[in-house]
Amino acid sequence: MTAGGPRRPRSTARDIERYAALFAERTKVMKSSAMRDLMALTERDDVISLAGGLPDTSTFPPDSYAALMGSVAAESCARALQYGPTEGLTLVKRCIIDVMAAEGMSVDADELLVTTGGQQVIDLVCKTLVDPGDVVVTEAPTYPGAVPTFCAYQADVVQVRMDRDGMRVDELETLLDALHREGRRPKFIYTVPNFHNPAGVTLSLERRRELVRIAGERELLILEDNPYGLLRYEGSPLPTLHSLDDEFVIYASTFSKILSPGVRLGWTTAPAPILAKMNIGKQASDLCSSSISQYFVSAYFDSGPWEDYVRSLIEIYRRRRDVMFDSLAECFPREAEWTHPEGGLFIWATLPDYIDTTDLLARALEEHVAFVPGRAAFVDGRGGSSMRLNFSGVDEDEIREGIRRIGEVVREQVALYGTLTGARVPTGSKPTVPAPRPAERRPSEPEPDAELAKILQLPAKRTQAR
Amino acid sequence: MTRVAVLKGGRSLERQVSLKSGARVEDALERLGHDVVPLDVDSDLVDRLGAAGAEVAFVSLHGRDGEDGTIQELLEVMGIPYTGSGVSACIRTADKVLAKHAMRDASIPTPDFYAFNETAFRELGAAQALPAIEERLQFPIVVKPAGQGSALGIKFARTPADVPAALVAAFSYDRKVLLERYVPGRDLAISIIDEGDEPRALPIVEAVPEEEEFYDFEARYEIGRTRFVCPAELEADVAARASELALQVYRLLGCSGFARVDLMLEREAGGLFVLEGNTVPGLTETSLLPQAADAAGVGFDELIARILSSAGG
Repeated sequence: MTAGGPRRPRSTARDIERYAALFAERTKVMKSSAMRDLMALTERDDVISLAGGLPDTSTFPPDSYAALMGSVAAESCARALQYGPTEGLTLVKRCIIDVMAAEGMSVDADELLVTTGGQQVIDLVCKTLVDPGDVVVTEAPTYPGAVPTFCAYQADVVQVRMDRDGMRVDELETLLDALHREGRRPKFIYTVPNFHNPAGVTLSLERRRELVRIAGERELLILEDNPYGLLRYEGSPLPTLHSLDDEFVIYASTFSKILSPGVRLGWTTAPAPILAKMNIGKQASDLCSSSISQYFVSAYFDSGPWEDYVRSLIEIYRRRRDVMFDSLAECFPREAEWTHPEGGLFIWATLPDYIDTTDLLARALEEHVAFVPGRAAFVDGRGGSSMRLNFSGVDEDEIREGIRRIGEVVREQVALYGTLTGARVPTGSKPTVPAPRPAERRPSEPEPDAELAKILQLPAKRTQAR
Repeated sequence: MTRVAVLKGGRSLERQVSLKSGARVEDALERLGHDVVPLDVDSDLVDRLGAAGAEVAFVSLHGRDGEDGTIQELLEVMGIPYTGSGVSACIRTADKVLAKHAMRDASIPTPDFYAFNETAFRELGAAQALPAIEERLQFPIVVKPAGQGSALGIKFARTPADVPAALVAAFSYDRKVLLERYVPGRDLAISIIDEGDEPRALPIVEAVPEEEEFYDFEARYEIGRTRFVCPAELEADVAARASELALQVYRLLGCSGFARVDLMLEREAGGLFVLEGNTVPGLTETSLLPQAADAAGVGFDELIARILSSAGG
């Protein structure tokens, strides 16, 4: 017997049938997947995981952490251990106002709702706006973590393709027209404009203006998810959608990438009536976000310039990104393509369409390396030959070794396919004449639309009038 | 009271399922009054197993290592009796190609197939033979890795153009793959447990996918995606034939303790075809063996007790 005596009996198969009858309709579309089981294997110690979306928290000084927690204990113990207001503590809202100002936005404390991570904003927006069958528009690919949320609310997710400038707003308009003819009005458009997860691309300024114009004209809401905006490694910052329009934009961000995902603190600002409903929704979900975390964040912001730590992260991530670019150029076969993110945490690579990256992951795990198969970022089975690669969570040596191993199994499969189809495919370790790569291009160069279109599995030609 | 080591987890792609199976087995064994030592199988298995002082090992590992004879061989060396089939039966069953050859040689119906390892394509030009294979098997053709226990890596090629990518996918899981004739029809699973020295076929479970075109890995383990009917609604003679076939396969492959045999009942023609056997079928809440046992009036604890009592060395 284990300590504590026998456990209560678990259910038998017949019991499960009984419970199944009690499950809500929405559980039927809650997708779990083979991928989930595979992903569980990526967490093994002996696997180099480029699959996570983890920021690097290892450089945060333990002494600072101890001192901050010590000051919370000394100065605010009882309050930190207490419930707080649903909308969040004023002292943490001051930090949020600082962070938003750094991205060119100005908000008042009463326009903010502190949430349990940015993820809760997605949930609360759905809770507030989405009835079963309602249309939600997202980019294709979209943030894989948002898909289960949309599914849980039984949204009808419609995905709009992207290219190097982010969401194709011309296609968005065509889609909205088509939906309009069917008498359907999307509840909101979900977008990650900066350093998209997973695609790595950034929505251009022109398209930002277009997007808010479309939303304004059609009175549609945009959910702007901006967790990575401050992690820019090159180029100039672009205005957020929220700073271009605050009438139809719900803005979401988080402390996860600039301080710590462990504090589980994010926030949103939205048109007042929507914010009020989200507040009620949050009350029902968790009453309030952790007071301890809010006091910790507040103490951290009081302790010195928070931007210094972000700058140190930018230095680390920029180097890791560049190492990943170099490794990809060296180790991936010429048939592969990848995006060139100017910031954020992810590169999106696309292989020839005969390679299924879910199966490839099984093979890669044999070599103790992992990535996220692209299909996770689509609701319709697309993305099968793409993968998301994270460069923030592992060190430079591991990135080199991880990409080398993935490159090897990709080459193996490319060569095998060549053998099977009779095509002559180079199997050497490095192409003698390297193909031009997105990694080597700069915005000033002519836009290789056709290649980039392949990367995101998108149209070969941009037709949008600029 | 017996000291039982429950071997679970491991490195296979079915690790998660195995952990779920193992947890249920541990609970049942505790309720039965045994002293349970849970072991998540890793590189230090031999040391930990030695230190555990277990009198018997309950193998709750699916897929590679757990079903292919590897763990069983180790347990033989260590002299620890274990549940389920022995080394040779595991090797024969886990390798679908070996199992299908054995069935074909014994005139047990199994869908037509051709199997190759990677070197046949790389070095012997086997790709040149693909048109002839496609001609004989007819589309759609099922392409699968020889040794993967779950539905991972199983692809359906509808046209010749689909075949190379399907092969590349299957080779992601194994060095050997098979191309098999697709049998459209009903998906039947027959679980078998030993009663004394005689294997007994439990009521047949039919898996009816709710939405997916093909029964896939995701549906297999999750509630709500596949409807299971047990006992399957079959004509008495069909059910009897299916059960008899499953028992023949069980004996042919040399299984012991318990196992599951998967068959297809061909639509229209009504032929029965054996797809494969599984020497360590799942024991999760949604697994087929516990459902079948339940339908036969054998509760989960009793099922586990019977499997344990059949453990041999």
